[in-house]
Amino acid sequence: MTGVASASLTGIPDYGRVAVFGGIYSNHLALAAAIDDARGRSVDAILALGDLGAFGPNPDKVFPLLREHGIPVVRGNYDDSIARGLDDCQCGYTDPRDNHYARLSYRYTYQRTSAENRAWMAHFPDEIRFRLGGREVLAFHGSPRQTNEFLWESTTPTHFLDKLADDFRADILLGTHTGIHWTRRWAKGARRAGAGGVPDAPGTEPGRAWRTYVNVGALGRPANDGRTEVWYAVLDGSGDALDVAFVPVAYDHEALAEEMRSEELPEEFVQTILTGWWTTCLEILPGKERAVGRY
Amino acid sequence: MTKALPTLVGEVTAPPADASETPRRRMEGAVSPAPTVPLRALDQLWFQVSGTVCNLRCRHCFISCSPENHSFWFMSRKEVAEVLAESVEMGVKEYYFTGGEPFMNRDMLGILEDALALGPATVLTNATVLPQRTVDRLRELSEGSPYTLELRVSIDGVTAEMNDAIRGEGSFERALGAVSRLAEVGFLPIITTMRTWDDSATDAILGAFRELLAGVGYHRPRLKILPPLHIGAEAERTRGYAEVERVTHEMMAEYPAELLLCSGARLVTASGVWVCPILLDDLAAKAGDTLQEAVDAPARLEAQACYTCWVNGAICSNVSGFTDFS
Repeated sequence: MTGVASASLTGIPDYGRVAVFGGIYSNHLALAAAIDDARGRSVDAILALGDLGAFGPNPDKVFPLLREHGIPVVRGNYDDSIARGLDDCQCGYTDPRDNHYARLSYRYTYQRTSAENRAWMAHFPDEIRFRLGGREVLAFHGSPRQTNEFLWESTTPTHFLDKLADDFRADILLGTHTGIHWTRRWAKGARRAGAGGVPDAPGTEPGRAWRTYVNVGALGRPANDGRTEVWYAVLDGSGDALDVAFVPVAYDHEALAEEMRSEELPEEFVQTILTGWWTTCLEILPGKERAVGRY
Repeated sequence: MTKALPTLVGEVTAPPADASETPRRRMEGAVSPAPTVPLRALDQLWFQVSGTVCNLRCRHCFISCSPENHSFWFMSRKEVAEVLAESVEMGVKEYYFTGGEPFMNRDMLGILEDALALGPATVLTNATVLPQRTVDRLRELSEGSPYTLELRVSIDGVTAEMNDAIRGEGSFERALGAVSRLAEVGFLPIITTMRTWDDSATDAILGAFRELLAGVGYHRPRLKILPPLHIGAEAERTRGYAEVERVTHEMMAEYPAELLLCSGARLVTASGVWVCPILLDDLAAKAGDTLQEAVDAPARLEAQACYTCWVNGAICSNVSGFTDFS
């Protein structure tokens, strides 16, 4: 990291370029690869949006990486559950098969997370605010109003995002939780423009204020796209228009799969790592996102 | 939205000047008022788009819809569009369309086109009036929108005998045919079934559903089981609610109200706005004449059907209660 670009009078940092990581799900190999990749892109800061554990092997392995690189973390629902020793991950599944796998995974992660790391997670904030080229940014886990709210591309209206941006006073909203990356830009306050809806706003018009939502995806598992890479986002606010880039991260996924097998994690999880297709948690996918997957 | 209140079957015959004047509330005047749930945010906006008019007359229908039940009438595309425009400023997250049978509304495809320009849409259908041309148009609408179009198809059994005893003769074959057509063009319809069996049979029934649906070309079925609501026709078919099946203040003391649909939804009809889609026959559940009035009014959990939601959560949402989408 090259350090904070500048500090505003209010003490809130103002960056030029940042890397943002979504759910890590104990995938320490992908996390290490993503940190290397982000550092190579000269970012001013890296932050993580929570859900450090779940799914993958040996949850304690991600913590030294985060500490060593000074990566601030927003609290995810999984972190909240593990830190407080709750009965479940607050994932909100209603499908019995998904609940079965969620219980296995949660029990494993809880048992393998040290007391020291659990105590550290208890201090994660629910949100982080900063500036990017002067724009107000709010980073959270699911949504700014609810840690475990899913914001999928096909179920999140632009006017809904505009209301969140108003309610929580930010022009750039950064979240994760779903595991699939996407972004949308729209004209600020467009939902008040009258009937007819809020058109997406791909271009830049001088004099207009724009807002952006970015679901940064997840480092923990592939994006249900048949690719073994995982994804994070780089946001560059140094120019006139905010630039959002999704970065695929190739890592030694076969080594992760071996480690998962040696930890006796479900073979269904291993298959997701090896094939890029989700095999569990399918109930949470809206029809549009589900239809493009294999299962 | 502008029509006069309809006559409700088995209920009052004219709108009361005040909700507290409904017969049921007068009867309960001696007990403490029911707990209330304020609207947290208007996330789900439901439309009673075909009123209580349905081509079927299912024996378990909680609002007793049928070809003759005109208590609530169809909503026009214009009526729906006006509310959709209002919903944009309110930041609504999802649109749901129900009835009656929504595809009996001649404006339904146009209504969906308008809704899908704004957000995700779900239609609750019996799938008995979905010919190929309608399915093709639905696919066009879905492909033309960034938002998901969900079709929720009601099938109440894994055999024609089981389903048709509830939904009427021939409805099983017609619904399965539509599911096959929907799957063929890429939809993953949510098959909704009301639990009419003993809990211990659930796994076997789900397995039989998966086999049945695979047989018509639907290989990744999403299944949703609804608990029975002991009102409307279902109260006649099985039983009504027992007196103890009622939500009390004590029951709400530590209960997360956000689990209830009425904490995040309202139902728009041609005759006003209700707190939820279940309580359409209950005038006390009318929250206002306009959406704004209904948003400002809390829901009162005085109907006994509220007990079913208290036990099961927001059963009307796509993902809630018990689903098997694996």
